[in-house]
Amino acid sequence: MKDVAFGQYYPTKSFVHNLDPRLKILFLIAYIVAIFLAKNFVGLGCCLVVLALAIGFSRVPVLRVFKAIKGILFLIVFTTVLNLLFYNGETVYAEWWIFTITKEGIIFSAFLVIRLILLITCSSLLTYTTTPVALTDGIESLLFPLTLIRFPVRELAQIMSIALRYIPILIDETERIMNAQKARGANFESGGLISRVKAVIPVLIPLLLSSFRRAEELGDAMEARCYTGGRKRTKYKKLRFTWRDLIAFLLGAALIAGVVLLKVYLGATI
Amino acid sequence: MKAIEFENVSFSYEEGGAFAIKNLNFSVGEGEFLAVLGHNGSGKSTLARLANGLLEADGGTIRVFGEELTEKNLFEIRKQVGIVFQNPDNQTVASIVEDDIAFGAENIALPREDIGERIDFALKAVGMEAYRNATVSRLSGGQKQRVAIAGVLAVMPKVLILDESTAMLDPKGRREIIDCVTRLNREEGITVVLITHFMEEALRASRAIVMNRGEIVMQGTPEDIFERHEELLTYNLTLPLIGRICKDLRAGGLPVADTLDASSLAKEIALCVSKQSI
Repeated sequence: MKDVAFGQYYPTKSFVHNLDPRLKILFLIAYIVAIFLAKNFVGLGCCLVVLALAIGFSRVPVLRVFKAIKGILFLIVFTTVLNLLFYNGETVYAEWWIFTITKEGIIFSAFLVIRLILLITCSSLLTYTTTPVALTDGIESLLFPLTLIRFPVRELAQIMSIALRYIPILIDETERIMNAQKARGANFESGGLISRVKAVIPVLIPLLLSSFRRAEELGDAMEARCYTGGRKRTKYKKLRFTWRDLIAFLLGAALIAGVVLLKVYLGATI
Repeated sequence: MKAIEFENVSFSYEEGGAFAIKNLNFSVGEGEFLAVLGHNGSGKSTLARLANGLLEADGGTIRVFGEELTEKNLFEIRKQVGIVFQNPDNQTVASIVEDDIAFGAENIALPREDIGERIDFALKAVGMEAYRNATVSRLSGGQKQRVAIAGVLAVMPKVLILDESTAMLDPKGRREIIDCVTRLNREEGITVVLITHFMEEALRASRAIVMNRGEIVMQGTPEDIFERHEELLTYNLTLPLIGRICKDLRAGGLPVADTLDASSLAKEIALCVSKQSI
């Protein structure tokens, strides 16, 4: 359960940690676009290099970064196998019953695996290097134009930051409830699909109930600390764009441009 | 000057239901350290929530520093009366200590430079300066609760209500919190209302009240109240350990004087034993 690392901040001081969260968010979006624009291995390789550099500069242990992948390992394996067996291609390597393995299928599956891994790794790198507060400040600042149409941006940002703050707490709680159920003879590890799903219900219900209780208490605590939704608030941490951000911005822009150019000049593998 | 004053205050959670607080009259003086004792469901938490406007009284008047609590001045009242709740995990809004402490100060729209000063003050007040940039979820229970106190202090309330804030902590964490609020009361002059069902904690207070079924049934200095242990038992409250030992010693034939302090009990025993051996 503890392996669900997504959404957990890794506190250290680094170049990436110090970047403006707005830039990191935009960079992430641009990066995801780049991953999907990359239609050949050179382009994807560039993305890989950029990510490796980002991880290096972030000083987050590599193992920790890759832990995030563990959570979606099943999804990766599942989609890869499906694509491998069912992709319609021209160069057929093997064929059996309704399954065909083709050259195009293998290439497509490889692309998919790399893309998924890059996608998850870069997203979790954002949450590893950005505190939830900075993250929501960034989102809030980026969404600021929406306040013109009276969209409650600040409240939304607050909700997101609290959601992120409670991820580790809810993980602990789930573990506690599961242990309590195990102590009373519940079995989560064996049995068919249906019995496993059934076993989860006695975990979900107490978790849900306790979350509601937490939410209520947190609401009281926030109100007691003078929080009143729409009222004007100030900010302790102000976002500032520095030379570091400029460097990162230029690097990001170069990456996107590079990937697009590679696509135009080298053509697409798939 | 009275910090908080309740006049004939009543409250029930359901309309027409049983009263959680019934015709309550009591006050806390400025700079006082008041302990509110009572078993579960005696109405002591309701009292805290009423004092800071989280709940609205069905009848009666609540005054904070002479000013009547109404819908209009709710925000101003909350700046003056801070509450620390039971579960430290359910009152921190941010993952990093300083961000969480800043929350209250941001809510009252303080300028940025002042928020920094408030964080310095609050962290120092609870002795957590070294943890300014720590992740809240990695702290111990007592440390988390001290961060929660710091978060309330950042708004600079004149009254600090602790609503069973030590109930979920281990003995070490409990001592940390009680030491911390005792110091805040003595050094910063903050009025403290300590709601608890641990009798030992009430000893630090200058005055204590005992609640039962929404009413105040006993009041006086903690020592006075503990003298009346038979009466305490009828409200499902038991004496602090040292008090119980005194009683048992006397029942066993050692004539020690009543005390609630471990070292003075030791002296008492030594005195009695030396007298008997002569």
